[in-house]
Amino acid sequence: MTGADLAVKALEENGVKVIFGYPGASNAPLIDSLSRSSIDYILTRNEQGAAHMASGYGRVLHTAGVCTATSGPGATNLITAIATAYMDSIPMVAITGQVKRALIGKDAFQEVDITGATLPFTKHSYLVKDVTAIVRVINEAFHIATTGRHGPVLIDVPIDVFQSEYNGDGDEEINLRGYKLPGRANETQLKKAADALKKSKRPVILAGGGICCSGAEKEVNELVNRTGIPVISTMMGLGVIPSSDERFYGMIGSHGVRHANSILNRSDLVIAMGTRLGDRSVANAKGLEDADKLVHIDIDPAEIGKNLQPYIPVVGDIKEITLRFIQVIGGYKVDDAWKEEANELRRSDIYTPSGENTGTVDPRYFLRRLSEITKSQIYLTTEVGQNQIWCANNYNVKKPDRFITSGGFGTMGYGLPAAIGASRAQDSIPVVAVMGDGSFQMDLPELGTMVQYHIPVKMVLFKNDRLGMVHELQYTAYKSNYQMVDITGGNPDFEMLAKAYGIRSGSVSENSYVDAAIEDMFADKESYLLVVNVSPYEPTGDSLNDKRLTERR
Amino acid sequence: MEKYTLSVLVENHAGVLSRVVGLFTRRGFNIHSLSVGTTKDEKISRITIEVKGDDYMLEQVSKQLSKLMEVIKLKKLTEGDMVKRGLILIKVKATPKTRGEIIEVTNVFRANIVDISETTLTVEMTGSDRKIDAFLRMMENYGVEEIARTGMTALERGASTLRLN
Repeated sequence: MTGADLAVKALEENGVKVIFGYPGASNAPLIDSLSRSSIDYILTRNEQGAAHMASGYGRVLHTAGVCTATSGPGATNLITAIATAYMDSIPMVAITGQVKRALIGKDAFQEVDITGATLPFTKHSYLVKDVTAIVRVINEAFHIATTGRHGPVLIDVPIDVFQSEYNGDGDEEINLRGYKLPGRANETQLKKAADALKKSKRPVILAGGGICCSGAEKEVNELVNRTGIPVISTMMGLGVIPSSDERFYGMIGSHGVRHANSILNRSDLVIAMGTRLGDRSVANAKGLEDADKLVHIDIDPAEIGKNLQPYIPVVGDIKEITLRFIQVIGGYKVDDAWKEEANELRRSDIYTPSGENTGTVDPRYFLRRLSEITKSQIYLTTEVGQNQIWCANNYNVKKPDRFITSGGFGTMGYGLPAAIGASRAQDSIPVVAVMGDGSFQMDLPELGTMVQYHIPVKMVLFKNDRLGMVHELQYTAYKSNYQMVDITGGNPDFEMLAKAYGIRSGSVSENSYVDAAIEDMFADKESYLLVVNVSPYEPTGDSLNDKRLTERR
Repeated sequence: MEKYTLSVLVENHAGVLSRVVGLFTRRGFNIHSLSVGTTKDEKISRITIEVKGDDYMLEQVSKQLSKLMEVIKLKKLTEGDMVKRGLILIKVKATPKTRGEIIEVTNVFRANIVDISETTLTVEMTGSDRKIDAFLRMMENYGVEEIARTGMTALERGASTLRLN
């Protein structure tokens, strides 16, 4: 067998069903071997699309999505998507071809040091210099990507390693003595946290994306059911408690809602679960630290104290910790007065779209109608920008893995390929990609991938002919000096574009037609592009830009 | 800013040092000195790193280093509980008049003359940072042509060792 055959066999044994990729000379042996395996491939239009698709695919199936690219530019095109996965702790295995071993370091054609380039944003990476190691490396890569704090792993394989003959009875066993997975959470810390909760009058749970990684939604819901503690979330933690649940008080942060931030600030105990407490989530970090009210639960010990020094840290798997926590808190129930205060904060802050016709669609109204019409029985991906924040604050996310977005890295061009990956992962639940006209054009060519492989995606395009979020930033912070944000002159007729790909489309410009437009989009199972015309002055409506400006500017 | 010493056992793989050093750069930590060498187990290397910073930085450095797959074991060594040594080679100007004097100073510091030319002496000395600094200051009186100085390497005092398990 060749190295490529062995690699493909190892991929099969790790449960891989599909690989997203782009071919070239250096990964050609892998593609050749793939054709004789049970693994399907999806040819993308750009390597970045391949890795984003692997991310969307992995997030739906709770597994490591796999992508491949050739050496040099193929490998560097993966970089943005690998960094995106790293920042959101998404499991992924990326396999790149490399020039042959004798040429490494010689600036050979299409040579790049991709393991070096991706060092800062991979969980781990390999340059496979010997065919005998290839099976072990692949086994280790999947183990690393999907255990502990998840993340992307890159495997760089020189073409002559792929081509080497080897009988394949080498070291296949995982050998990672330096890989430290957290053990059981410290019981003393858990009890300290429980004691703090028992004394607390105004506790709040801050749900992060780690809850989804750990598969701990059920346990966290159980904790909330028993105690009635109000829940707020980061963007990655949306859906841990359904957005429509009365105990959920919204997303925090600069792009979250005001009442969620108020509840965070007014609380006397914050139980932060599976979150980095990043700068976009927690603006008043010093206040949180000084108040001695932060219980920080995370699987990654390096997150404890990185951004915020917690009052009580608990390191371990959230699922196990939550189960144990429920036991040690006894019959604790949160005060009604605190719940009432939180409810009042929410009541005074809530935005209710009028749904009246104004010549353009209110995207917040649109997303609420999308939630109601679909009952949120869809996978929703977003791009990055206003479209993302409108979704986060208005779409009713019912499960965390049903809301697929680039949180930490904020990568425009993520949503469309992620939706293709999500749709390829399963075909029973429709996938909706919400996009802006800026971000849509970042990975636009992947429409070709969608069509070629009959992977249906319902595309909602909020068209405002602007890079809306920066446009708004220039309104609020740069005295309306609008520069480099207007794409009017270059936008194509998006419906004609869809037609060119053979994709059915429609458009809507008035709120009163939104329901009909959404229903038309779901009339069949095929891909569909719905162009939703939005005003360039439509506010994001988040706490950063919230100047009580619900009226249009 | 305090100076801390970390002793790190790592897999003796290609690229490990760049992972370790790269981590310092991108997290904004400063390496004061660094030395690497194999251990009695040829598959394991020991990296001794001196870092300057505060407690927060030391904790973050330690945790982030521990996350690297190739970092097997890490320990913070404290001043009183370790022996720490560096090596310096000094090429110092030497005339027939000063040569004897330099040799005398060298003996006081228990350093060795390792090379000699008509106009220079090359002296080797191992010791703590302070001792090396003191010796270097003495040599500067004669005119130092060139120095080569290693990072510090260290072991715990007493019988305790940095075991794998």
